[in-house]
Amino acid sequence: MNPLNKFSGGLKLTAHKLISPINSPPLPQRLIYPLLQRADCSAKPVVKIGERVLKGQLIAQATDNLTVPIHAASSGIIEAIAPHNIPHAHQLESECIIIKTDGLDESVTLKPLANYKDYQPTDLRQHIHQAGIVGLGGAAFPTAIKLHTPEQAIHTLIINGAECEPYISCDVALMQTYAEEIIQGALILQYILNAPRCIIALENTQQNAYHALTNASQSHNLEIIQIPAIYPTGGEKQLIKVLTNVDIPAKALPSAYGFICQNIGTVYAVHQAITLGLPLIERIITITGSGIKNPQNLRVRIGTPIEDLIAFCSGYHVEVEKLIMGGSMMGLSLGSDDIPVIKASNCFLALTKNDKITAQQSCIRCGECEQVCPVSLLPQQLHWYSQSQQLDLCEDYQLFDCIECGCCDVVCPSHIPLVQQFRTAKIDIKIKQQQQDKALLAKKRFENRQARLAKAEQEKQLKAEKRQAAIDKMKAAAKKKRESANPSPNPLPKGEG
Amino acid sequence: MLILSLLFAFLGLLLGYASTHFKVKGDPLVEKIDALLPQTQCGQCNYIGCRPYAEAIASGEADINQCPPAGEEGIIALADLLGIEKKPLNTEYGIAKSPQVAFIIEQDCIGCVKCIPPCPVDAILGASKQMHTVIADECTGCELCIAPCPVDCIVMRAVK
Repeated sequence: MNPLNKFSGGLKLTAHKLISPINSPPLPQRLIYPLLQRADCSAKPVVKIGERVLKGQLIAQATDNLTVPIHAASSGIIEAIAPHNIPHAHQLESECIIIKTDGLDESVTLKPLANYKDYQPTDLRQHIHQAGIVGLGGAAFPTAIKLHTPEQAIHTLIINGAECEPYISCDVALMQTYAEEIIQGALILQYILNAPRCIIALENTQQNAYHALTNASQSHNLEIIQIPAIYPTGGEKQLIKVLTNVDIPAKALPSAYGFICQNIGTVYAVHQAITLGLPLIERIITITGSGIKNPQNLRVRIGTPIEDLIAFCSGYHVEVEKLIMGGSMMGLSLGSDDIPVIKASNCFLALTKNDKITAQQSCIRCGECEQVCPVSLLPQQLHWYSQSQQLDLCEDYQLFDCIECGCCDVVCPSHIPLVQQFRTAKIDIKIKQQQQDKALLAKKRFENRQARLAKAEQEKQLKAEKRQAAIDKMKAAAKKKRESANPSPNPLPKGEG
Repeated sequence: MLILSLLFAFLGLLLGYASTHFKVKGDPLVEKIDALLPQTQCGQCNYIGCRPYAEAIASGEADINQCPPAGEEGIIALADLLGIEKKPLNTEYGIAKSPQVAFIIEQDCIGCVKCIPPCPVDAILGASKQMHTVIADECTGCELCIAPCPVDCIVMRAVK
């Protein structure tokens, strides 16, 4: 085994991880499926209101490459296709399919692929797409697309079990409970990618999961590697650096360098889809934080309202302040718990007042943030420029390389919400870019139009000249003819005859 | 002495070559000013488009505060570029508005095609006695189509 490396920056954080088996909450009354999947990309419903659907049935189909199909997680009646609260960074409501469950949990006939090696990688990818599988680490990028790398042969498949954010423990629970399935899933992915090397990486604090995986992988050629628990080691590029000492440039994808990273949850979902024919209708999530009475890991149906899960975990403590989807570092703050679990939800974190951040003060330019930045940026400069709206300089200082990990926020002695400022600046730059693009388009269209009008005018003139010339010519010819027919220059005297 | 004169002669030739072969086409200042204008092509500045206005600014004929769509921000950018004092928008030419697009109320459109020629960016689609529509992505919100419409079926809507 190669020695491990270190990425620059990063932080040792208190883990706050709970050790809990995976429990199953009861079937919810309603299941809610947002159609919006990526910015401006929505799935298209294929069911009608009042229709009965079964567990595993397709209810919305993909509209393009970046969307995936959605399946019902239990049997029931389609109650509505209407706007509902969703977990989203800047949108509160979006069109959702709402199913009223009937408690029978009747399933469609599943179509497993008995022996995956009998199929071509293309067919397996198609199967994964049809199962609606996306990256379950939080970004929810369609897995079938990520597995398709026609330009570059993949030499290393990395299964990312380094769940580096505090509080989240769903991947660890998964590794402990379903090690066998994860190993099988990894082998399927390795077969699809035809990758000679496959590494499963997890943090060295998770001994139980490590033993479970090593026991399950004994007869297979897989490397299980424990890595130091330094946040954000679970970031794709940071993980590749630690495992292989290869630096992936900021704007490049790991696949261009022969690496593919897949999250543990995704690998498990792939295994379920191929060997059982199960589409992605369930996932493991962590419900935790000081604001929850009975924190635990749950196996939930996607679409379950969060309030049901909180109730299953015995509800909130009275001092609860804040509900976050994701971890404490990169999570998304939620306005209400009347929202459904989506494929990207890995954790719901309820925090009490004690965990709250103290008031913001001015930047003292201590440089702590620069020391911990895992992508070697200068957050203090970016803070300066983003606050003064010098967006060009933000871009010069590589704002778009920021992975929004939140390390700078944690160490900032002035409690400046740096990442939040960077997110806003990124949006501002994007808006400005769009305006510029639009102005450029308008300019081009205006110029084209002017050119066209000028050309039309010129043609008109040319035509007029030509016509005039033709008329002149005809007149001249007629005159000549007249002259030759009647050589006498004198006209006939009037009144003759 | 000889070396120096040879060197100067050579450099002179080099400069002469550069001035003819690497000459910047067009007026670079006009280009820079034009890049700061919003390209609405609305003609509120009393020039027929953004580029003619840019040319007028460059030649000193027009002032920098005649463009309502660019607003205060645009005037500041122009003042920075030209190294002059910023000034408030001259409201004779109109007032600054938030971005908008034209929208044709399709039930009311009679298909007269009168709105099509004024559009500076060819963003209206339609034919005689057929319903017209505005290509929203290409509309600059210049309002030039509003006045010619005989049935007032074009309205301006804020950009989402």
